Formats: sequence, C-alpha cells, structure tokens
Amino acid sequence: MQEKIAHIIGKYHHDKGFLVPILQDVQKEFNYLPKEALTTVGALLQVPLSRIYEIATFYRAFSLTPRGKHQMSLCVGTACHVRGAPIIQDGIERVLGVKAGQTTADLEFTFETVNCLGACALGPILVVDGEYQGQMTLSKANKLLKKLGKKVATDEED
Amino acid sequence: MSQTVTLTIDGRQVQAEAGTTLLEAARSVNIQIPHLCSNEELAPYGACRMCMVEIRQGQRTRLVASCIYEVEEGLEVQTVTERVLNVRRLVIELLLARNPTHPTLLKMAADLGIEKTRFEVEVKGCILCGLCVRTCREVVGVSAIGFEGRGTSRRVTTPFNEAPPDCIACGACATVCPVGVIPLKDKAGIRTIWKTDYPLQRCESCGRIIAPVKQLEYFAKITNQPLSHFTEHCVHCR
Ligand code: SF4
Ligand code: FES
Ligand code: FES
Repeated sequence: MQEKIAHIIGKYHHDKGFLVPILQDVQKEFNYLPKEALTTVGALLQVPLSRIYEIATFYRAFSLTPRGKHQMSLCVGTACHVRGAPIIQDGIERVLGVKAGQTTADLEFTFETVNCLGACALGPILVVDGEYQGQMTLSKANKLLKKLGKKVATDEED
Repeated sequence: MSQTVTLTIDGRQVQAEAGTTLLEAARSVNIQIPHLCSNEELAPYGACRMCMVEIRQGQRTRLVASCIYEVEEGLEVQTVTERVLNVRRLVIELLLARNPTHPTLLKMAADLGIEKTRFEVEVKGCILCGLCVRTCREVVGVSAIGFEGRGTSRRVTTPFNEAPPDCIACGACATVCPVGVIPLKDKAGIRTIWKTDYPLQRCESCGRIIAPVKQLEYFAKITNQPLSHFTEHCVHCR
C-alpha cells in the first residue's frame, strides 16, 4: 500500500495542493479510502490527518468504507424526481436490500442517490458503473440488476 | 508598507490600515459589532454571520460580514440598520436552534430582542464557529481536530472519531469554545479530552501540576530544549 501511495503522490510532485486528486487516485486504487491509506498520505505530504479526514468526509465522492464491485447512482434531482425516480429508488432498494448510500453485505453493489447530473432531458438517470442510462424505468433497472448477477424476484412489477 | 484608508462607520470618520477588516476598524473607535467566530489571533473566517453590517457603494447598499470584509477608501458602513438587525436576529435564532441554552447566545439574542428561536430546536451544542479547529491549527500548531462531513451533519471531531494522534492535550479548544461544549476534565493527575486520557506532569521541585506531559514534550520539540527544561521547575517555584 505504502508503495502505491508513494507512486500516486509522486505523480503530483508531492504538492499538497493536489490533495483532492491524490485522494481520488487513492480511492480508485483501493476502491475506497482505507484508514491506513489516509494516514500514509498525511505522513508523505505532511498534511495533518485531521485535515485529510475533513476532506475525505466532506466530498460525497469519497468513501471511507469499502464500496461494492458495482456502483449504482440514481439521480433524484428535481427533473428525475418528477419523472419517477422515487419509484425506481424504492425498487432498487428492495432488490438490493440496502438503503441509498449503503453497500450490500456481499460487497457486490453500492447504491446511492445523487442530485442532478445535468442531463435532465434524459431523466430519470441511473448511472451504472460509470455509464449513464437514461429514461430509466423500474423494469429497466431490474433488468440491469439481473444482468449484473442479482436475483430479481418479480420482473413484471412495473 | 502600510497604506491608510479613510472610511465612515455609523457616520464617524475612521482611519484604518489597508488590508484590515471592518470589524477591526469599528473596534478601533469603540463601535461594538456582535461577533462569535472571529478572534484576533486567528485568520478571518466568516462562519457565524453575526457580524453583518450594511455598506453603501454609490446608490446601492448591501450586507457583508464585517469580520472578513476589508476596509476601503470612502466606504460608508452602517452597523445598526433595520436590515442588519433583521439578519442578526435570523442568525441568532438559527444558532439557538442548535444551542438554546448557552448564556452567551441568550445574551446576544436578548440584545436583539429575541427570547427564543422560531425554528425547531435540535440540540447539538456546537455552533460550528470553528474557533476550536482553527486555534488548534493556527495557534497551537498541531491540528489534532477538524470537521467531519458537511451540511446538517457537519461536526467537530478527531480523525476517524478516535484518539487523536496529534493532540497534545493542551485544552486550547475547550478554552476557546464560546459555548463550552468540548469536555475537558483534570482528575487525579490525568487530563481527559477528546475521550482520551493524558497524564499530567508534576513539577519536579514543588510537585504542582504543570501541564500534560504531551504538551511539554511538544514545547521541548518546537523550542529545541530538553524536556527537563520544562519539568524541573514550574512558574511557581522558578
Ligand atoms: S466546538 Fe465550540 S469552538 Fe468548536 S466549532 Fe463548536 S462551538 Fe465553535
Ligand atoms: S434532475 Fe436528474 S439529471 Fe437533472
Ligand atoms: S464574526 Fe463575522 S462571521 Fe462570525
């Protein structure tokens, strides 16, 4: 871990000003921000741990707990909301058995909601592993979940 | 090279050094502006918004936080207008919704004619002024505590809510907190702060308690003196 982090920090010339991109890279490497990783970043950059913890907990893009293999982000911004995002949210939460912001126990899925992705015309939008899927419906969401290996009980429920 | 500017505060001509704030300029002529998060020892921050004042620029007036707004040549500042009092009332009521009992806040509220908040109370104690975090960073220099999260769940804490590795147990955070919500306890030679116990050092000559061992070790480190320099005698028996 030490080595990988040293390498990432090296890419940014040990510049504290790049703390956020450094943490982004660290998260990409380890899938989340492990505590030891943050301690290491602090030690190498000579930034107090309190400061790093502050930033790591401020941005929603950072996670201090392991994330699922698959990442699902549902937009619940105004436009997506009126186009039915809440129903989709209910459905996904039911199938995965977790609430928005949580990860399934088998570490397969992380589900979260976001507020407006800036593509309202395509709403409701579900981002699955970085891919934007527009005009989402409950049955489309269920199909996606199925494709990713999730058992979906009722397929006809919309 | 410091440059002097002249401005008017509540109708009085005030000279101030360029780069200083309206709050400082007002203070220099004894005009009191209520404030909670500003402290002379710390960099301007502007979190609490109690110090709002109205400034006039040409035809327009607007509200600014006096503790972060810098003096300008010819600026007209009003510290007590209906608009100013209104925002201050709103601010104090919002703060009271987090802490409805602290005398400092109640006094400020009373000065504005407020008895209690119109908002739903959700007691947090801390008003997020940041004085503790900034004192630890800027004055003490160890940065043991910080904020966590944001929005309504923002709070002051130690990294990972665990015993803070950088804390020297000096207690500056507890002292500076305007609403006294950081617990600090000295008992039987032990200081407890941030849920962690730190042994207190006794004077080797007279046996009085001097300070937490960690704090003295920190002093020794930053002054490049041996630790014994701080433990052999204390202020009382030197
Ligand atoms: S704990 Fe006290 S000093 Fe620290 S931010 Fe809260 S109110 Fe301010
Ligand atoms: S509200 Fe969903 S993209 Fe704007
Ligand atoms: S004193 Fe100015 S914002 Fe707090």
